[in-house]
Amino acid sequence: MDKAEASPHPPYLYPGYKSTVLRAPAQELIMPKLGPDSVELTSPVFGHQELGRRDFDLTVQHPGEPLGERIIVTGRVLDTAGRPVRNALVEVWQANAAGRYPHLGDLHPAPLDPNFTGAGRCLTGDDGRYRFITIKPGAYPWGNHHNAWRPAHIHYSVFGTAFTQRLVTQMYFPGDPLFAYDPIFQSIPGEKDREKLIARFDMDTTEPEWALGYQWDIVLGDTPTEAR
Amino acid sequence: MTAASESGSAGAGASPVTPSQTVGPFFGYALPYEAGPEVVPGWRPDAIRVRGRVLDGAGEPVPDALLEIWQADETGEIPRRPGGLARAGHDFSGFGRCGTDPDGGFWFTTVKPGPIGAAAPYIAVLVFARGLLKHVFTRLYFPEDAAAHAADPLLGDVPDERRATLIAEREGERRYRFDIHLQGERETVFLGF
Repeated sequence: MDKAEASPHPPYLYPGYKSTVLRAPAQELIMPKLGPDSVELTSPVFGHQELGRRDFDLTVQHPGEPLGERIIVTGRVLDTAGRPVRNALVEVWQANAAGRYPHLGDLHPAPLDPNFTGAGRCLTGDDGRYRFITIKPGAYPWGNHHNAWRPAHIHYSVFGTAFTQRLVTQMYFPGDPLFAYDPIFQSIPGEKDREKLIARFDMDTTEPEWALGYQWDIVLGDTPTEAR
Repeated sequence: MTAASESGSAGAGASPVTPSQTVGPFFGYALPYEAGPEVVPGWRPDAIRVRGRVLDGAGEPVPDALLEIWQADETGEIPRRPGGLARAGHDFSGFGRCGTDPDGGFWFTTVKPGPIGAAAPYIAVLVFARGLLKHVFTRLYFPEDAAAHAADPLLGDVPDERRATLIAEREGERRYRFDIHLQGERETVFLGF
């Protein structure tokens, strides 16, 4: 990897996404000469006993089945050398099939689904793999600009082996016509980097007569001094 | 996140890092959990309470931010055991999470971490919010440790006039206040991790 390569992350200030204007830090970030410290180079540890056994299945949290297209989303959490990150806590949340969140602030006039909350979590296995069963989320409008619509996405929160690797991001679905119009997706400067957020439809993950399958790997940033 | 790591692992076969995206406004039913702010229960005699607000560049509250803290225990030992989600028993997991209220307010009850090496005691703090395309990373130091601050490697790298943004204010016995300014004249020092 070229050392001069630009960061894959969006800049803090991206005026096309209005909320960044008053929230983006304006001062240079400070990089301590010694790099991150021992606390920052470690991460909280989470255990299976802290999670519900079915927390990975967003379709079984209510008495009935949610409406929408049932999907399996799976992939690995890796470091930049391709090594699996084991026991990583992966949390997801998303809109329902109609594009509505069960959140008081969501004013989109689309129906709530009494059988779908849209939050799940799991720990990665020894191969770094996570797996969720859910419903394909719908696109939804937001007030950022005239006729603004978010492409369908699942929010992800991931812990690595260092607090400096903490990642919150969004996974998108292939071929979404809204990519070109979405300032949040477009805030990522590099086209190849943007593509890293798009899951791949996978027939091998798809289960006959039951659910479509998507694969999406997550690569966490280097721990600056690889404290292993 | 641009430079290759010192381990040299970012050679052949290195994978590009997954880009960050905003946490958005609708995480409130998914990420915060009831015991999230209670790294230790507030009734513990050695508990400290930290509270503060997250403010934007106009000084307005940020009601849709999420804070996470991570820290050593009172002896300076970094916890290696689970429990941050379940808060079961008396194990100290070192991890806390709190969403902001309509006034941008947050709080944690925890213990004051012990020092590690030459560094003054601190709590690592992450802030996620709608409008933050990537989270920000900072540290909370304690006001009574002025002598240790003078020798702290990180604080030495921070311009004098901005150092105070990393130091909590004392509000009372074992009580601290730590406001986070995302932008503006009193913008908090954020770290380039």
